[in-house]
Amino acid sequence: MSDPFFPVLVLFAFAAVVVLALLFIAQTVGPKRMTAVKADPFESGNPPQGDARIRFPVHFYLVAMLFLIFDLEVVFLYPWAVSFRRLGVFGLVEMGIFLLIVVIGFIYAWKKGALDLD
Amino acid sequence: MQAFVDSLIQQGYFTGMPTQVVYAIAMIAAAFAVLSFFVAPLAGVTSWLERRVWARMQSRVGPNRVGPQGILQWLADGIKNLLKEDLIPAAADQLLFPLAPYIVFIGFLCTFVVIPFGSNLIVADLDIGILYLLAVTSIVVVGILMAGWSSNNKWSLLGGMRSAAQIVSYEIPAGLAVLSIIFLAGTMSTQGIIKNQGWAPWDWYLFNNPFTFIAFFLYFTAALAEGNRTPFDIPEAESELVAGYVTEYSGMRFLFFFFAEWGNLYVIGAVATILFLGGWQVPAVGDGLIEGVLQFVVFFLKAYLWVFVAMWVRATLPRVRVDQLMALCWKYMVPLSFLCVIGTAAWMVVFPHGNRWASVGMFVLGVVILLLFFGRVRYQIRHSKPELYLRPYI
Repeated sequence: MSDPFFPVLVLFAFAAVVVLALLFIAQTVGPKRMTAVKADPFESGNPPQGDARIRFPVHFYLVAMLFLIFDLEVVFLYPWAVSFRRLGVFGLVEMGIFLLIVVIGFIYAWKKGALDLD
Repeated sequence: MQAFVDSLIQQGYFTGMPTQVVYAIAMIAAAFAVLSFFVAPLAGVTSWLERRVWARMQSRVGPNRVGPQGILQWLADGIKNLLKEDLIPAAADQLLFPLAPYIVFIGFLCTFVVIPFGSNLIVADLDIGILYLLAVTSIVVVGILMAGWSSNNKWSLLGGMRSAAQIVSYEIPAGLAVLSIIFLAGTMSTQGIIKNQGWAPWDWYLFNNPFTFIAFFLYFTAALAEGNRTPFDIPEAESELVAGYVTEYSGMRFLFFFFAEWGNLYVIGAVATILFLGGWQVPAVGDGLIEGVLQFVVFFLKAYLWVFVAMWVRATLPRVRVDQLMALCWKYMVPLSFLCVIGTAAWMVVFPHGNRWASVGMFVLGVVILLLFFGRVRYQIRHSKPELYLRPYI
């Protein structure tokens, strides 16, 4: 086992097998009495009105983009954090500049209203 | 785990078998043991305990019929769900709809690779343990988004979108709070982080400096939000979205979502214990076996304390509005967690070997806060109406 990620692969496969087995049991044991009403989407008892593939507010895309920027930036900080003791003050100043740029971007997004939901 | 299997091979068991096969068998056995003897009963008992705790806090009785005090309720619920019809709505996406619960469940189960149970009990001690944990828990977002979109139901779509927005937003303060611990530990391996702490509370990273103290609460709040727990359970808000992204699910698939949610509570507590509360560290006992058992018990109790706190929070606090939720994350928690990162880095430059006085001072401060808090709780209990007590049932 030279690869340390081998257990991860095994657990992924094992989890998939367990889920499939339980669903197989459920499908075999459970009743199968499908009706047209059961197959309708649930809309609080009313007959379903139209399709659910509707447009949703653009704000969700904005949140996704902000997440991409800031989460990637957090991932960049991880290697710095691990080797922080070796880098010392030099690393602190260097990453301080990086963080400063990110914080300026954050303040810009805030002032532009990207963080307000409505 | 690997060291254990290596020692078995050297003692001459498994002669004539390729080492890779032995490892594979050992891993499958470990995975089976973790899932069926730890994760499944844990998630089940947590679901029962959660209902009992809420009932107690709301002057009700709660489930108390199946088994002593109702402790086997989770088993009855599981069997009931197994015998239910497996419904897939006609309008739903026929590929993505059945696939979504798998992804949520696998994303939850695979976190147990790096969560230790003791100094030697761990499935695999990866070098990038914490990063792996954050990465694997993000898979859950994909599953939730799939469930919400593929159900072809308006409630599901809204719930799924809200949930995705919430989880990805709260991942940033959680990631930054974890980062301030990685500064101190200098490693991302979960065992490495625990070994850098001590058994005494003032050796824990929680009390290392004021910034990690804040980071702990940031992490716990963000983790509750990531796990879709009240007060952040807007995606499943019953009063407005029926059941959010699980509206169309029934039977076993429904169970997988909630299995993952209750199991995830323990993962939140375990990660908080690894990073901030000294993990399985116990004073040296001498005997290896007793020490192992003690380590497991200490780790489990520390982790389960936070599961209980999550239940308590859920029974106490009202749900926040969706715009308040996003404002809390982006306008308060993200700047505060940036401050924690910079603060911890600066602290380490000023005190390269830590500051014992600061640690003890933070510990005393923590105890004082706890005492004031419980004093307040005692006052509330003393001044509540006697008819609100529920005496005979617990």
